[in-house]
Amino acid sequence: MRDFFEYSRGIPLPVPRKRVTLFCGHYGSGKSTVALGWTELLRRKYPGDRTALADLDIVNPYFRTRDSEELIRSMGAELITSEYASTNVDLPAMPQSAYRITEDRELRVVIDVGGDDRGALALGRYSPALLCEGDFDMLAVVNSFRPLTSTAADAAEVLREISGACGLPVTGIVNCANLGSETTADDVLRGLEVARETADIFGVPVVFTAARPEVCRELLGRVPAGHPLLPLEYTISHGGVANGG
Amino acid sequence: MAQKVLMKGNEAIAEAAISCGCRHYFGYPITPQTEIAAYMAKRMPKIGGTFLQAESEIAAINMVIGAASAGVRVMTSSSSPGISLKGEGISYMAGCDLPALIVNVQRGGPGLGGIQPSQSDYFQATRGGGHGDYHLLVLAPASVQEMAALTVRGFDLADKYRIPCMLLADGTMGQMMEPVLLEESTGEKTEKPWALTGTGMKRKHNIINSLSLTPDELERWNLDRYRRYAEIEKNEVAYEEYLCDDADVVTVGFGISARVAKNAVKAARAEGIKAGMFRPITLWPFPKEALLARAATAREFISVELSMGQMIEDVELAIKCTRPVTLCSRVGGMIPSPAEVLAAIRAADARIKGGI
Repeated sequence: MRDFFEYSRGIPLPVPRKRVTLFCGHYGSGKSTVALGWTELLRRKYPGDRTALADLDIVNPYFRTRDSEELIRSMGAELITSEYASTNVDLPAMPQSAYRITEDRELRVVIDVGGDDRGALALGRYSPALLCEGDFDMLAVVNSFRPLTSTAADAAEVLREISGACGLPVTGIVNCANLGSETTADDVLRGLEVARETADIFGVPVVFTAARPEVCRELLGRVPAGHPLLPLEYTISHGGVANGG
Repeated sequence: MAQKVLMKGNEAIAEAAISCGCRHYFGYPITPQTEIAAYMAKRMPKIGGTFLQAESEIAAINMVIGAASAGVRVMTSSSSPGISLKGEGISYMAGCDLPALIVNVQRGGPGLGGIQPSQSDYFQATRGGGHGDYHLLVLAPASVQEMAALTVRGFDLADKYRIPCMLLADGTMGQMMEPVLLEESTGEKTEKPWALTGTGMKRKHNIINSLSLTPDELERWNLDRYRRYAEIEKNEVAYEEYLCDDADVVTVGFGISARVAKNAVKAARAEGIKAGMFRPITLWPFPKEALLARAATAREFISVELSMGQMIEDVELAIKCTRPVTLCSRVGGMIPSPAEVLAAIRAADARIKGGI
């Protein structure tokens, strides 16, 4: 895999604002991949700080951050995930170490929230502590190429369900418009419009656009000046085989 | 939806079913196919359709029998243990000649097994599973696009031949995400004069039943049904061949196994080994003649499966045991890597070149 500094050269990166960043959204929108990219960004920006990626998706047992465990460790980050992730135990269980998200305030945390309101429900257990501390961003990942969230109104409906279930307000939108490996810069720009409309509904900004490094480079000069781009070098697949061709 | 969208295989099945006129879904959640039910739960109420989570798989398949009897397009979906539960109802559907789509997104077994992908329900799908002399028309998709296309095809064929049709996928096919182009309502319309739609006092009432009171009548029903099966075997066989024309070693696989095999064949060709891939798209009817034709030039066959060796029997039967057939498989939710299949291809090639 290529080095972060190599593939992100010349790309205006987003600036993390808070200790805890939660990524939520409809399942399949790209949350887990964005969370991985964000974790890498944190590690590069704050190499002296401890960083953890917490997989709180208790619903889908198939595509788990656990599959990316080695990658996360190679970044120098910790993984907080269910003891049963990636096993045959089809049990929605929270990780024991999830307490650290709110209790260890020296820890920078990235949270991968479950893919719908059921998935987000368990997060509600930690919402009061997060709200009291007031040092979090709840970023909603939107992919306009997902059929159930292809319009701003549909995306907003799903996000309201998630936000309502976990009790945390959406503070920003991430444009992750993608068609998997076939994504072009034009696709991402079309998705940016939907992300903007969605952001307007919530009265929050589009915080950044996430795409493959090559696509990010093509987007330079085509997105408004100062719109941050998060290059994503990873693909998440099942056992490394399913999406291989 | 004329533009490409990014979908899970499970979602593609659901949307494709809706696109070709399915307005009735009855099911019960089980990993790894729950997204089909979840998607239907969201979409059906918006288009005036019926989504119903039944109290069990057995209840769901019996609701399918009811809806199919009324002549509407109807589907159910489950994963391996749930399909076993539906077995009785499936046999009844075959006996009543009722068309419907039954989706099996397979997981490891036997028993409760595991939630990871498997292809070990091949015998169950192609040999029966329920009791009696019958076949399901079994379609095996190998991409998200094909999950959608074969869903529509499955409904069309079920209606055309009055036969329950099974879409046999696996956990990877259900869960993987790929870009997919969804065609607008491509389903064929088949008249269903046999359906229970009310006589309006204008015709004799229809009867749908699998119970016969006399043996000669039951024999006639069976013979009639097998004449239709013969038509299906003649008209509906589907398969894909990849680099088979000059291949010494032909890998045979369906679904995810075919994709792994294809990658291995590419790697083998790069090494100068004449390898090919043969992918049955209809598992029943199995592409017997096409595979037998390949046996005229191919020297060895490798059956690539996520099972202890089930389809391999159909490969051997198809080629009438004229060539050696070896098995390359993983089970329990494991998937053979392209490297493992490549190793099997190399071994076969070495035997051929060594004149063994």
